[in-house]
Amino acid sequence: MALKAETHPIATSNDVVRVRQIVRAATIQLKFSLVEQTKFVTATSELARNTLEHGGGGWMTLEMVKNGLREGIKLTFRDNGPGIADIELALSEGYTSAGGMGLGLSGSKRLVNEFEITSELGQGTTVIVTRWK
Amino acid sequence: MDRIPILKFGDCLLITIQVDMHDQLALTLQEDLTAQIAKHASRGVLIDISSLEIVDSFIGRMLANIAAMSRILDAQTVLTGMQPAVAITLVELGMSLPGIKTALNVERGMDLLQEFIYREPESEDLHGSEG
Ligand SMILES: Nc1ncnc2c1ncn2[C@@H]1O[C@H](COP(=O)(O)OP(=O)(O)OP(=O)(O)O)[C@@H](O)[C@H]1O
Ligand SMILES: [Mg+2]
Repeated sequence: MALKAETHPIATSNDVVRVRQIVRAATIQLKFSLVEQTKFVTATSELARNTLEHGGGGWMTLEMVKNGLREGIKLTFRDNGPGIADIELALSEGYTSAGGMGLGLSGSKRLVNEFEITSELGQGTTVIVTRWK
Repeated sequence: MDRIPILKFGDCLLITIQVDMHDQLALTLQEDLTAQIAKHASRGVLIDISSLEIVDSFIGRMLANIAAMSRILDAQTVLTGMQPAVAITLVELGMSLPGIKTALNVERGMDLLQEFIYREPESEDLHGSEG
C-alpha cells in the first residue's frame, strides 16, 4: 500500500545530490538507524547516477509504503535511455561499460531489501528498490 | 562553492571534503591537487572525510584516483575520519579502496603520513647496501 508518492527529475549531477537529500529526509521520517539511512541513501546515489549517466536522465519516484505494520520506502528509478542488453551481466560485480567500478548495481542490490530491474533495448530501464524499517 | 580548498601543512597537503561532491567539483579537485603536489613537492596528502555522510562508487573512484595520482608524484595518501556507518556501507557496496591508508582522525593521519615519509627510503630499499 502506498501512502504517498512523489516524483523528482534526474537530469543533472545536482539532481543526484538532491534526490539523495530527499531520500535521507524520508529515512529520518521513518526513524531508520544511521546505518540503515546510510545504506539506503548510498543505494539511491548509485541508482540515480546510473539513471543520469547510462540512461541519459530520468526520474525517481519515492513512495512511503506499508505492509501490515511494517513501514518502508520504495524508490522507482526510470529512464528512456538505451536499455541494458544483458541484465545478468550488468548485475555482476565489477562489470562496467563506461569506465566505472561496476559496483553500482551489484552493490545497491545488497544495500536494499527488495530489488527489481526491468529493461528493454531502445526503450529504457526501470529499477525498483524497497527498504523496510 | 566551485572549489575545495587545499591547505599546505609542512611537506603535506590537507583537504577537508565537506560538501556533497558533484562531478565538476571532483574533477577540479583532482587537477588542483596534482598541481599543488608538483608545485610544493609535497610528500603526503591527507583527505579528511569526517563530514561526508555517504561515500558512493563515484566518490570512491575519485579517492582512488587521487591516491594513484599522488603515488605517481611520489606522495602518500591517507584518508581520515570515515564515519562508521559509511565504512559499513562501503564494505557492503563492495568497495575496498585498495592502496588507500586510513586513520581515525586528522591528528593520527598526520602522524601516519610523517611515519611513511620518514620511513620510506628504508622500507623500499630492501636490497640496499647495508644488507
Ligand atoms: N539506467 C541504465 N541504463 C542503461 N544501462 C545501465 C543503466 N544502469 C546500469 N547500466 C549498465 O550496467 C552497467 C553496470 O552498472 P553499475 O552501476 O554496476 O556500474 P557503473 O555505473 O558502470 O560503474 P559504477 O557504478 O561503479 O561507477 C553499466 O556500466 C551500464 O552498462
Ligand atoms: Mg553505476
